Amino acid sequence: MGFLTLDGLTKRYGEAAAVSDVSLGVAKGEFISLLGPSGCGKTTTLQMIAGLVEPSAGRITLDGRDITHEKPDRRGLGIVFQSYALFPHMTVAQNVSFGLEMRKVPRAERDTRVKQALALVQLAALADRYPRQLSGGQRQRVAVARALVIDPPVLLLDEPLSNLDAKLREEMQFELRGIQRRVGTTTIMVTHDQSEALSMSDRVVVMEQGRIMQVDAPYRLYESPATPFISTFVGKMNRLPGVWRQGGIEAGGRLLPCDGAGLAEGAAAVLAIRPEKIGLTAPGGGVIDGCIKARFFLGSAWFFTVETSAGLVGVSLPNAGAEPACEGEAVGLAWSSASAKAGRPEGVLSA
Amino acid sequence: MSRMHRNGPIALLFHTLVVGFVLAPLVVICLVAFTPANTLTLPTTQVSLRWFAAVFEHPDFVASFLNSLWVAAIAATIAVVLAVAAGLALDRYDFRGRAALNALFLSPLMIPHLVLGVALLRLFALLGATGSLVWLTAGHIVVVAPYVLRLVLAALSGLDRSAEQAAVTLGASSWIVFRRITVPMILPGITGGWLLAFINSFDELTMSIFITSPATVTLPVRMYMYATESIDPMMAAVSALMIAVTAAAMLLLDRIFGLDKILVGQG
Amino acid sequence: MSSARAGTTPWLLAAPGALLFTALVLVPLVLTFVLSFHVYDTASGVKDETTLAHYATILTDSYFLNIFWRTLRLAALTTMLCATIGAPEAYILSRMGEPWRSIFLLAIIGPLLVSVVVRAFGWSMLLGPTGLVNEVFRALGLGTVKILYTETAIVIALVHVMLPFMVIPVWTSLQKLDPMVEAAAWTLGASRFTALRRVVLPQVTTGLLSGSLVVFGLSASAFAIPALLGGRRLKMAATLVYDEYMHELNWPLGAAIAILVLVINLVIMLAYQRVVEARARRTLG
Ligand SMILES: Nc1ncnc2c1ncn2[C@@H]1O[C@H](COP(=O)(O)OP(=O)(O)O)[C@@H](O)[C@H]1O
Ligand SMILES: [Mg+2]
Repeated sequence: MGFLTLDGLTKRYGEAAAVSDVSLGVAKGEFISLLGPSGCGKTTTLQMIAGLVEPSAGRITLDGRDITHEKPDRRGLGIVFQSYALFPHMTVAQNVSFGLEMRKVPRAERDTRVKQALALVQLAALADRYPRQLSGGQRQRVAVARALVIDPPVLLLDEPLSNLDAKLREEMQFELRGIQRRVGTTTIMVTHDQSEALSMSDRVVVMEQGRIMQVDAPYRLYESPATPFISTFVGKMNRLPGVWRQGGIEAGGRLLPCDGAGLAEGAAAVLAIRPEKIGLTAPGGGVIDGCIKARFFLGSAWFFTVETSAGLVGVSLPNAGAEPACEGEAVGLAWSSASAKAGRPEGVLSA
Repeated sequence: MSRMHRNGPIALLFHTLVVGFVLAPLVVICLVAFTPANTLTLPTTQVSLRWFAAVFEHPDFVASFLNSLWVAAIAATIAVVLAVAAGLALDRYDFRGRAALNALFLSPLMIPHLVLGVALLRLFALLGATGSLVWLTAGHIVVVAPYVLRLVLAALSGLDRSAEQAAVTLGASSWIVFRRITVPMILPGITGGWLLAFINSFDELTMSIFITSPATVTLPVRMYMYATESIDPMMAAVSALMIAVTAAAMLLLDRIFGLDKILVGQG
Repeated sequence: MSSARAGTTPWLLAAPGALLFTALVLVPLVLTFVLSFHVYDTASGVKDETTLAHYATILTDSYFLNIFWRTLRLAALTTMLCATIGAPEAYILSRMGEPWRSIFLLAIIGPLLVSVVVRAFGWSMLLGPTGLVNEVFRALGLGTVKILYTETAIVIALVHVMLPFMVIPVWTSLQKLDPMVEAAAWTLGASRFTALRRVVLPQVTTGLLSGSLVVFGLSASAFAIPALLGGRRLKMAATLVYDEYMHELNWPLGAAIAILVLVINLVIMLAYQRVVEARARRTLG
């Protein structure tokens, strides 16, 4: 049993279930991400934890206490809304101080705690500004300070970074994680951005259509996606259909080496391999040959689409400082059989 | 705007004529109010405040002005309270009879004031309430509340509900959320609505003329009665004062809300 | 998102207003409707017997029919004039640069907030035999023209009072119009006039229509303008009701006329809603 547990949590709107049978244990101090495509029920789950949405079924316990039907204003959880939901008519300091006022914290203590919270998010200098006078990133940090100042047992973040531009989003990822580490608050973050989920969380909960599909540490999630959907939703994945033969998959007239436990000889199968696990060689030097159709420069890496007899294959190479093969060039693709996994075409893609 | 979008000379001439037409009667009133003469003439050689002084020495006008002020202020205030409560019900809840209630609250906008006037006269006559300032004010509330309701509804629908949710999760009770978050956030709508209600009540003639009694005559009704009997420059002076009051309220409205938004953006 | 947990809360919130509106709108209207069927006798006043005589009188007596005819005619004329003045003016306003646009919009719709008695009084000064208009006529050698206490005076003042109600909806629909749409028509070879007629005008029809209905409805029930500028003899529906109530003391007859005015108004409003909804469906769907 965790510090915060969800047990069979379900929310139905009429016939449709927005969240079905979600069970999860969150350890104290843990940073958990709810990851999934838009509309999969992440916000609904978060709002049930916050008490803003009444569950249709299931239980929520916090530190052993059942809070399923407790009013939101009594739960004392810290929440950062996607829109930040700052009070537009209050200054930064007043926004942060609001939760403390509701708790009848004496004036002097309130002031110190507001100062500390603003210092934590590096906004001490802007205490007297109004939200409209702040940039997106600053507003976001006010929202975090406002949620943290009340010392919540759990911090809930709903797509906290989605309203920021790309550069700022990356910075705030590290900053938010840094703050969480320092304060040690148990945190649940909702996001549809897999890189955000991977880089920030201790564990990632992948949701699809209101259900939990997989709960794992980011590295394990990436390396061992439980379903084909997860394999393509979290990171990129090449999927080459073919037929299982001893030691590999036969596709495009070649035997492509891969792991394939439990597959029967001659069965239809799909080979799955991540683009960064493939290397480029001279033609004939790899497991299959192909021709570079397109090449994209991503700064830290190069990304190629290679046309092969087995289908289009994406290949990612780190930027080593020299310009690699160009479009139209013939190349060979090489990988170790351990980095490619074979699975049944539809069903679960093992390991 | 690009050059292509500029108005041509004919358009500008037309525009000048229209603006002239719209402002002419108001300008003439304001000029004639300063005449030293005994008749409605433009002051040519000198200006005088004698007709303004006459207004303030005329007990009927002073009493009517105070009546109007009282009625308009109370009616606007009560209308705001009713409209905020009704607005919350209409905006926040889905319940049976919601559409009917909405239609009821906005119905005075569709009923000519003339009809409201005779209808209320009948009711007040049956109740024996024809001479009452309280009932007159109640009539005004009904006429001005729809304006407030429209602005309050617009403000409520534009409100970011997550700010209220944030307050709740920070421990605020529903009353505190309402008082400290909702009301401040829709305050422009409330203030704009109050002012609009005040002006509309202060100017109302057609309904009031049926339901005022000698003791409760409002300023527009007094002016109407005065204008049908005698026409001297005092009428111009009162009118000029009313224009000044309206203009002041208008500027205030414009500051708070943007007058074009209140009058134009009705939803 | 509206919270679905309805219960009694919305009713508690709406109750004070609903009670007041029921008591001061619905009940009086019903009372007046009933009153319009009561027998009236000059000697003894309103009697308990019911009759359709008042409606019969209104719909047959040429005195009343004349007044109704005048009311409809002047309201229609006012509506047409408001459309021909208000729509171009709204268009011109929409093409002005700031700050002029805001200033003139305020100048045009601001008088809406000035009491109608004041505005009627202003026109009676302008249009009277010694008013500014006649001084100009005399200076031009046209002599004195009787305008005050004629239908002309009523229409002039009605147009003045109703113009904002036409400018506002047309302005609103022009605001929704992408200004580049007209430019796009020009780049496709349309002349300014063609662009205006084929591209701009169709988009403001809704505004024009809603403005026209509002102006017509308000003009047909206007009181202060015909009362102050039409004199004793030139009556319109509203002044007729006032006379029946205040001078003739024949409340049932007055009530019948008021009910007719209300019915005409409601029919116009409903027609307006139908038209707006139909147009909205067509442009959206
Ligand atoms: N108040 C509501 N009424 C009806 N359906 C809702 C409501 N809130 C959310 N939903 C539905 O529930 C599903 C999950 O929504 P949500 O939790 O907001 O998804 P996410 O945050 O993952 O994008 C969606 O299909 C949404 O349409
Ligand atoms: Mg969401």
